[in-house]
Order: sequence, then C-alpha cells, then structure tokens
Amino acid sequence: MSVRHGLLALLSQGPSYGYQLKVEFERRTGDSWPVNVGQVYNTLDRLERDGLIERGETDGDGHVFYAITDAGAAEARAWLEGPVVRGAAARDELAVKLALAVTLPGVDPEAIIHAQRVATIRSLQELTRSKAAGGDPDSPEEFVWQLVVDALIFQAEAEVRWLEHSEARIRRLQARSGSGGADGGATASASRPVSAEPPATTTASAR
Amino acid sequence: MSRERIGASELLRLDAVSMHYGAGENSVTALAGVDLSVKRGELVAIMGASGSGKSTLLTIAGGLVTPTSGEVVIDGQYLRDAKPAQLAAIRRRTLGFVFQDFNLVPALTAVENVSLPLELDGWKRSKARRAALDALHLVELDDRSEHFPDDLSGGQQQRVAIARAVVGGRTLILADEPTGALDSQTGEVVLRMLRSRIDEGAGGILVTHDARHAAWADRIVFLRDGRVVDETRRDDASALLATGA
Repeated sequence: MSVRHGLLALLSQGPSYGYQLKVEFERRTGDSWPVNVGQVYNTLDRLERDGLIERGETDGDGHVFYAITDAGAAEARAWLEGPVVRGAAARDELAVKLALAVTLPGVDPEAIIHAQRVATIRSLQELTRSKAAGGDPDSPEEFVWQLVVDALIFQAEAEVRWLEHSEARIRRLQARSGSGGADGGATASASRPVSAEPPATTTASAR
Repeated sequence: MSRERIGASELLRLDAVSMHYGAGENSVTALAGVDLSVKRGELVAIMGASGSGKSTLLTIAGGLVTPTSGEVVIDGQYLRDAKPAQLAAIRRRTLGFVFQDFNLVPALTAVENVSLPLELDGWKRSKARRAALDALHLVELDDRSEHFPDDLSGGQQQRVAIARAVVGGRTLILADEPTGALDSQTGEVVLRMLRSRIDEGAGGILVTHDARHAAWADRIVFLRDGRVVDETRRDDASALLATGA
C-alpha cells in the first residue's frame, strides 16, 4: 500500500486539492495513518508525471484542483479490487530471530518466546482497552478506526498463536534430541546444523 | 502454611496449589505449586495449551475439587476448613460459573434460569424474580426475560448465563471458555458484558485459549505443565500507558 493508491482512490470520487485530500485520507482511515501535506503534494506531482491525474483549475483561495485521468481511474479500480500481496513475509524479524536462536548454541529460544509473548500480549491488552474505551462503535469515525485497530488485534493474536505453536515444536525437538531436562539451558543439541562435527564435549552423556 | 488475613478486596487466593492424580509412578501432575490472587474489579485470564492445567485450576478455584496440597481462600474463607454445608453455601452465594455451552435449563425461561440459584438458596420466588430481572437488565436482555433458551441466540444465552453468575450479589465469576461456542463478534459482546460486571466490583477468572479474548483481562497467566510460566501484571500495563509505548 502507498499513500499514492489512497489518494488515487479518493480522486476517483471527483476533483480535489492537496490539503483536502490529506484531511479526507486521515478521516477515512480513522486517523491511523497520519500523512503530512508535503508528502501529499509530492505524491500528487508523481501521479501527474505518470499521467494518472491532471492539474485542473485553481479556485479563489489558490487551491489547485487535481482530477483523475482514465488511466488513473483504471489503476485505482485495480488497486481496490485486487488482493494485497505481502511480499516481505519471509523476512519477518521475529521469525528470523527465532530461527537463528534455534541454531545458535547458548541461546535459549524459549526465553525469546516468553519475552515476546508477554510483550505482544501487553500490546494486545492496550489495543483492547483503547477499543473498549472508544465512543459509539457505529459512528462513522469510530467504525473505521476500530476496523484498523481490529487488524492490529488480530495480527497480535496470530503472533501469540504462532509463538505457542513454535514453543511446542521446539520442546518436542528438544525432547527427541535427548536434552530432556525440564527448564532452563539445554538449547537443543539439534542446534548445530552449521557444525561439521559433533561437539566433542564431556557432556555427551545423552547417548 | 501461614494464615494471615487476606485483604478485604481479595476475593480469591490460591497458595502453592498442587494437584496430582493417581499415585506412584503413574501419578500425573495437573498443577504444581500455583499461586494466584483475584481482587475486586480484577479479571485474570488463564491461558495455556490443552492439558496445561487451566480447567483443573478453575475447578479448584470453584471449590469443586480439593487440591492435593496448598490452600484455596474464597472471600476470606479457607476452603480446607469449611464443612460441606459451608462449602455449598460459598458456591451458591459467592461463585458464579459461566461455561462454553451456556448450561441453561431448556424448560425454564431466561428469568427463571437466572432466579433458579436464588430460589435453591431459599429466596422467596417474587424476590428472586426481581433480582433476576435486575441481573438481566445488566446484560441488556430486559426484553428477552420470558424467552426460552431455544428462542435465544448463542450470544444471548451466554449473557443469560452471565446474569445467572452475578445474580443476588455473587462476586466471583469463573468462566471456562465462555466465547468458545460463539463467533468472534458475538464473543466480543459477551466479553464486554463480563468486563463491565467486573468493573462494577466483581472479580473473575477467564479460562481461554484465545489471546484476543484474554486481552480483556487485567492480568494474563500462562500455564504449562501445571506451572505458571509467564504472567503479565496490571502494573506492566499501566506503566505501558504512562510511557505511551
């Protein structure tokens, strides 16, 4: 997503000027994505350069109105109707951190899971609290704001579920690889895929 | 085991509660030294995988099962010292249970379901009915009081169950997956209702596997293999508010 597509979608409803677009964009997204007016003007310049909008009349107050072109309307429609593709999912920092932790000797992946879970649950509580404290959920402003808050709530919930799933898998792996012990330490002896030789330490009593 | 008086605002306390089933090599540990406290105005969520001890904890907190060791204190009363009649009275007058599948009596109307525990406790029918109507008002079901459970939606049935759990001044709500049978929107309405009962002075435990629902609680406790492994505290959350993090 970019502000670019948001502005195009707004302009598909009729001509508008920069400041009006900023206000409408923020209002219609529940103030969840503040944009500064300079960013709006830069985006309008690029949209004009790409032939998606064109500069129209200037009103008595000096507002420059922009109108969408046929190409711009087609792009706005394609964006609204098409799915959002999240390309960078595989680079999620938490997933990468946990994957590395599992392979690094001396790092406890369960400790990472615990710390993350407490932090994610706290932010989930905050989001829930601010949602519960909100105004009339059926008023237009509150409605769009809650849509955005709900997205964050569901994302946090999904992260907690993934953490629980990963914790269970890591514990199973540890149990299988014989590190056995209840809590603490024992960061999976299966944790050395990069090591060419088995560790020749004296703790190899697991045999 | 020390027996200091518990604070007036503390509705429930578990001290080093353990629960083992069976004996010897086949013994299974369901809970291992769990401490927990619930105060007035506080909702504590219990999360954990199946088999982590969540449900055992709830049945012990509700005085339905006596733990192998440790103490359970409800509203100042040590359950281990209570005679069966006292225990039954605590369950009737202090505790309210909310289950996943509502557990309403199908042959009784909403208001009759809510007044039933009061009548069983010896209340006059007319007085019990008035209290039941008040409780239904709190969960915004005034216009459904004469409906039978079958004529109510799942969310409405669960709101009747919440009314039944708080009717007659009960102060400790024990809810076991109360949103498990509801869609997410309806579940949220039910949690809002539960939350507002708590905010008005009750206390509660909410067992759930759903972090989104647990987030309505003041504190969230994670159980694994019968032990508390993580816990978020109310202080953490207010600190978070203060820093705006």
